[in-house]
Amino acid sequence: MTYEFDFSVLLPFWREFATGVWLTLQLSALATVLGFVLGTLCAIGRADGSPAVKWAVATYVEVIRNTPLLVQIFLVYFGIATLGVHVSANMAAVIALVVNVGAYTCEIVRAGLESVHKAQLEAADCLGLSRVQTYWHVVLRPAVERVYPALTSQYVLLMLASSITSQISAEELTAVANRIQSDTFRSFETYIVVGVLYLLLSFVVRAAFWGFGMVVFVRRRKLGTAL
Amino acid sequence: MHAPVSAKAVVSLSNVHKSFGALKVLDGVSFDVGPGEVTAIIGQSGSGKSTALRCINALETIQEGSIHVCGHAVHDPALDRRALRRDVGIVFQSYNLFPHLTVEQNIMLAPTCVKSMSKAEARELAREVLARVGLEAKAEQYPEQLSGGQQQRVAIARSLAMKPKLMLFDEVTSALDPQLTGEVLKVMESLAAGGMTMILVTHEMAFARRVASTVIYMHQGKVWESGPGSMLDRPQTEELRGFVGSGL
Ligand SMILES: Nc1ncnc2c1ncn2[C@@H]1O[C@H](COP(=O)(O)OP(=O)(O)O)[C@@H](O)[C@H]1O
Ligand SMILES: [Mg+2]
Repeated sequence: MTYEFDFSVLLPFWREFATGVWLTLQLSALATVLGFVLGTLCAIGRADGSPAVKWAVATYVEVIRNTPLLVQIFLVYFGIATLGVHVSANMAAVIALVVNVGAYTCEIVRAGLESVHKAQLEAADCLGLSRVQTYWHVVLRPAVERVYPALTSQYVLLMLASSITSQISAEELTAVANRIQSDTFRSFETYIVVGVLYLLLSFVVRAAFWGFGMVVFVRRRKLGTAL
Repeated sequence: MHAPVSAKAVVSLSNVHKSFGALKVLDGVSFDVGPGEVTAIIGQSGSGKSTALRCINALETIQEGSIHVCGHAVHDPALDRRALRRDVGIVFQSYNLFPHLTVEQNIMLAPTCVKSMSKAEARELAREVLARVGLEAKAEQYPEQLSGGQQQRVAIARSLAMKPKLMLFDEVTSALDPQLTGEVLKVMESLAAGGMTMILVTHEMAFARRVASTVIYMHQGKVWESGPGSMLDRPQTEELRGFVGSGL
């Protein structure tokens, strides 16, 4: 085995790599925020909704968790096109990732909601808070705080899984790499670089979540309890 | 039929029946509490004391009878629960403070949410009620940094901030050791002295005898005996005699 590594041919492409990293970050940040909102609403619906809502959420979650992400991406991409609506590959990628991560978020946040003691709800009720106020001020923050590590892992996974949207030629890091390796014929080197970049991205995402947690979960910060 | 002692009664229960499935928990309970009165409910565990309080605050629905609280018909399915909540404060054995909020934020939450008070006003109010329970210095602390007795005093302050016309206390000292019990009872006694209408479920017989205008002994879901605190010195029924004698 005498493979001669040559990373120097990739040097001229540093701008493309950087753009790829930036696009992946944008894609996953958008999917994370929207997926969190969707998943949290679903979790509340499943905990507190009408039987029809509970059933709808449960079905959604099971379908998503038991089908491959790639198939979901194709379904969204070609499905929307079939409806006659034109969306860019990146838009389709965001929608598919949001739908996907929303289901996983729902399950994680639901566990968090269940960990909030019923007595807390009763105390809020007795103080005269409405249902919405109770969720907002009393339930959500402790619930999310309790499952925050699981959520962090899920969103790191989402960022990594976003590479698969290159299959519908969404613009992100893996798509950029695919192009570079076909230009340079240096596949091994290209994907080593991409692998390292994803590793760094994971680190950055985890750090961002840690920092965000420190800002939001004030009590943890003040009392020095680890997240 | 039971007739209200006075039309001005803050709380009036009349022939209240409440069951959980086949279990009869309140079996024709009637009593009144007038303005500024302190009523202590005593009785064995399982006799329906907590349930009675929960019914008064519409946390449970009753099957029969009527409950009037501060002019609200609590038994009426059309009850405006949020209006009732503005008039009634309740404190539980387990404090139920919100762990992610500071003492001050715990107290400010309801005034800002329910009464649309500004943050600044609510903060001032929080300081005021904290002073009443002797905990001004703890405003910035989190519940877990406080002793049980302090947490319970914060819970009382949190209720007081809504300026209720009636306070309900359900065994608020039962989770505390004797020394901490004393500081909570002192707060309740000063509330009583200040003219607050209160119903308290308690195992503190000495406190009930001294502070309560009326003591109600509940047994098997019924008001078994009631009267002034001195009733505990001369129990009329075998059951109360046994209960008082057991030193609970
Ligand atoms: N939500 C409930 N569901 C079923 N049974 C209950 C419920 N709440 C109370 N009970 C039962 O009702 C009885 C009276 O309870 P409670 O009012 O808490 O008594 P006390 O406060 O006097 O100890 C007990 O036997 C208790 O197990
Ligand atoms: Mg009880």
